[in-house]
Amino acid sequence: MSNAYTTVIGLEVHVQLATHSKLFCRCSTQFGAEPNTQTCPVCIGMPGTLPVMNRQAYQLALRTAVALNCDIPEFTKWDRKQYYYPDLPKGYQISQYDLPMSDDGFLEIADAKDRFEPKRVRIIRAHLEEDAGKSIHDEAAGKADSEIDLNRTGTPLLEIVSQPDMRSAAEARAYLEEMKLLLTYIGVSDCNMQEGSLRCDANVNLHLDHEGESIATPIVEIKNLNSFRAVERAIEYEAARQYKEWQENSEPPKARQKYLARPKQTRGWDDAAGVTRAQREKEESSDYRYFPDPDLAPVITKGDEVQAVREALPELPAALRERLGEDYGLGTYDADVLVNQGRALVDYYLAVADGSGDPKAACNWVTQDVLRVLKDQESTIDQFGVSAENLAGLVKAIDDGQLPSSRAREAFEVMLADGSAVDAAITKLGIEQVDESALEDLCRELLAANPKIVADVQDGKQQAVGALIGQAKKKNPNADPALVRQICLKLIGEGV
Amino acid sequence: MSLTRQDVEKVALLARLQLTDDELATMTDQLAQIVDYVDQLAEVDTDGVEPMAHAVEVANVFAADEVRPSLPREAALANGPRTNGRGYLVPAVLGD
Ligand SMILES: [Zn+2]
Repeated sequence: MSNAYTTVIGLEVHVQLATHSKLFCRCSTQFGAEPNTQTCPVCIGMPGTLPVMNRQAYQLALRTAVALNCDIPEFTKWDRKQYYYPDLPKGYQISQYDLPMSDDGFLEIADAKDRFEPKRVRIIRAHLEEDAGKSIHDEAAGKADSEIDLNRTGTPLLEIVSQPDMRSAAEARAYLEEMKLLLTYIGVSDCNMQEGSLRCDANVNLHLDHEGESIATPIVEIKNLNSFRAVERAIEYEAARQYKEWQENSEPPKARQKYLARPKQTRGWDDAAGVTRAQREKEESSDYRYFPDPDLAPVITKGDEVQAVREALPELPAALRERLGEDYGLGTYDADVLVNQGRALVDYYLAVADGSGDPKAACNWVTQDVLRVLKDQESTIDQFGVSAENLAGLVKAIDDGQLPSSRAREAFEVMLADGSAVDAAITKLGIEQVDESALEDLCRELLAANPKIVADVQDGKQQAVGALIGQAKKKNPNADPALVRQICLKLIGEGV
Repeated sequence: MSLTRQDVEKVALLARLQLTDDELATMTDQLAQIVDYVDQLAEVDTDGVEPMAHAVEVANVFAADEVRPSLPREAALANGPRTNGRGYLVPAVLGD
């Protein structure tokens, strides 16, 4: 059934820009405040008030648009989008209609697990608008009223609209993850989905072949997607649902025509039930009667300003992955793991790799041990107990033979516990190189004391020698297990 | 171009205005006159004239991103027809 149709997906992402104050007034945008304590006459739509554009909001929007490879037209303006809803006190949202601040960009996605070919998802436009408030309805309590909180009203949002370029739920998820990573790297948003600073709607339909004719099923917009996982599940559910709906309506031709002519529908994702449900259409909701907001001045952005923004961009995730591959010899998977953890962790890795001169070993330590500890401690790299310099020292000590790899993890734990450098950890653990003749003496002693094991090995049970390794470690913690095993087998072979 | 009664009914619906039959007739007549009056502008030759997006010749009016005090909640809620002291109360918003 998977080749019976192609799933076509476009995503609309709303990202809250990380400003201190709102887009058109100076109320705080801090999340979690008591309801209706962060509002003023401008954002609750009192007559006679004047909105003034937040410079930082425009700058963050511009930085994002440039990072998404968008064109930045010299002239942009804001328009009123009119509709009635209890969380929209002015009766219109200030948004952008025909002259958005940016258009025609792209974001490249790839999958470290190779589930899909790398691709470029085109971006139609990204525009700057204000958020609405929140309505809270306690259905369980069966209350007759909804309560409106206008704290969020007027918070700056960047709406980023993709072309319908994605072909699977996995691609849609990859797009969102790469978008989130990019936005975090350029520092324009905290992208916290729980707090609503990153929101997503998905437009989904199917392309299929019907008796040689190319068919596109009516587009469905899915709302209420509260996590990346929800986006994936909703798309998968919706594709199957639409295919079933198509099968039920494909014949006779009259029913088919009627079905295919159906206008775009909005459905809400019910995460608990795992289904999408048709939402009641807002009356005349498509007629927003946009017109230019006469209270706001347009913004003119010259080419040299755009160029300056472009030059000031930090290294973006895609470029960083490439550098880790080319300059540090890391595979796609490892580079992906590091970059996805954020810039601070990558910087830590780079310091360990550069300091030790062993990028591959540095990668193993960071992606395995460091990430494991961070996960256990629920902390971040800036709070991590082993400095990059010290971890580089540890990697170097192993490479130089100063620290046997069999005891490296112990040394790491000591360094983690007290913040010491590798030399101090080696001293503290009493780690010293055991020279081979001392080790041989130890092995002879053990063999003499364990004739049964010697006999077993002589009978062909080589694994019996394992019991001696534990004993050797007890007598000398610095004894290298691999070496003990090797020497014991050699001595038994020689008939000692 | 002249405005029809259906046009006015639609605009009234979008603006959440309930008009009586008489009001609808009056509005249709008056709005049609306004639209026809403005329509005279269509006679002006605008070839080669840049469309105007704004009435005043200013651009790039910005404010610094600095938080200033908001209204006390009582003051903000004072004009709400119904409140519970914490939020505005409205008829149930469901299914969204
Ligand atoms: Zn405000």
